[in-house]
Amino acid sequence: MIPLSAYVAVSAILFMTGLVGVLVRRNFIIVLMSVEIMMNAANINLVAFSHYLESMAGQLVALFIIAIAAGEAAVGLAIIIVVFRGKISTNVDEMNLLKW
Amino acid sequence: MVLVFFAYFALISIAAGVLTVTLRHPVHCALALLALLTHVSGLFILLNAEFLWAVQVIVYVGAILVLYLFVLMLLNLKTDERYFHPSALYFLGPAVLGAVYVIFLLMRSPFGGAKGNAPASAVLLEGDTYAVGIKMFSDHLLQFEIVGIFLLGAIIGAIVLAKTPKPLDAEKDRL
Repeated sequence: MIPLSAYVAVSAILFMTGLVGVLVRRNFIIVLMSVEIMMNAANINLVAFSHYLESMAGQLVALFIIAIAAGEAAVGLAIIIVVFRGKISTNVDEMNLLKW
Repeated sequence: MVLVFFAYFALISIAAGVLTVTLRHPVHCALALLALLTHVSGLFILLNAEFLWAVQVIVYVGAILVLYLFVLMLLNLKTDERYFHPSALYFLGPAVLGAVYVIFLLMRSPFGGAKGNAPASAVLLEGDTYAVGIKMFSDHLLQFEIVGIFLLGAIIGAIVLAKTPKPLDAEKDRL
């Protein structure tokens, strides 16, 4: 029997990996991929707690998170296409139009 | 046996996550993300969540990742030389230290709590899909509707954003 803390540890490692990716990478598409890694880490956590605490609610929230990840990917990639059309770059450091 | 599968899925998903963050070429990152998503879905199987496994494979791997790859191929990005942020090392050291400490704390914690009303034996009787459906369409119906509205908004937003802008009327008159 695998302890719950093992799943939580895997989830924490994945979340930290995604967080480092968001902070460190400069390509906007890979920043979005790192956000997907973080959402997967949250999903592992929710499903693991749902299994070990014998409640169905965690799996439902994980399902909703997957739906929100789909919407986030669609809108994020559309924004990338718009930015790329105007500036021919997906570097996050060069997107400073809204900065004042 | 379960331990072997858990170790395999956990180690490969962590390795694929690290590769997703560190690989240079964006398409390679997307393929590493593919490995991560499929192995996380294997972890869902170990946790008796077959429905979420299917949703993960269909939605994440089948839809979201294909969308990422599609945009990557469409934009035809050149890999830049300095693909890390210049201040990467300032983040990396504290992040690794903090992660090790958090994992040490997590492995010590017993994680007790109030048990719900869906033990594994009861879920396995009718299947996970049945249990998720009953729960979703009784207790969590409002959240389900909200997610539906959210997805509609996301679709409309993505179409409006990605549409080619129409030329202005003044420019058209001049031609």
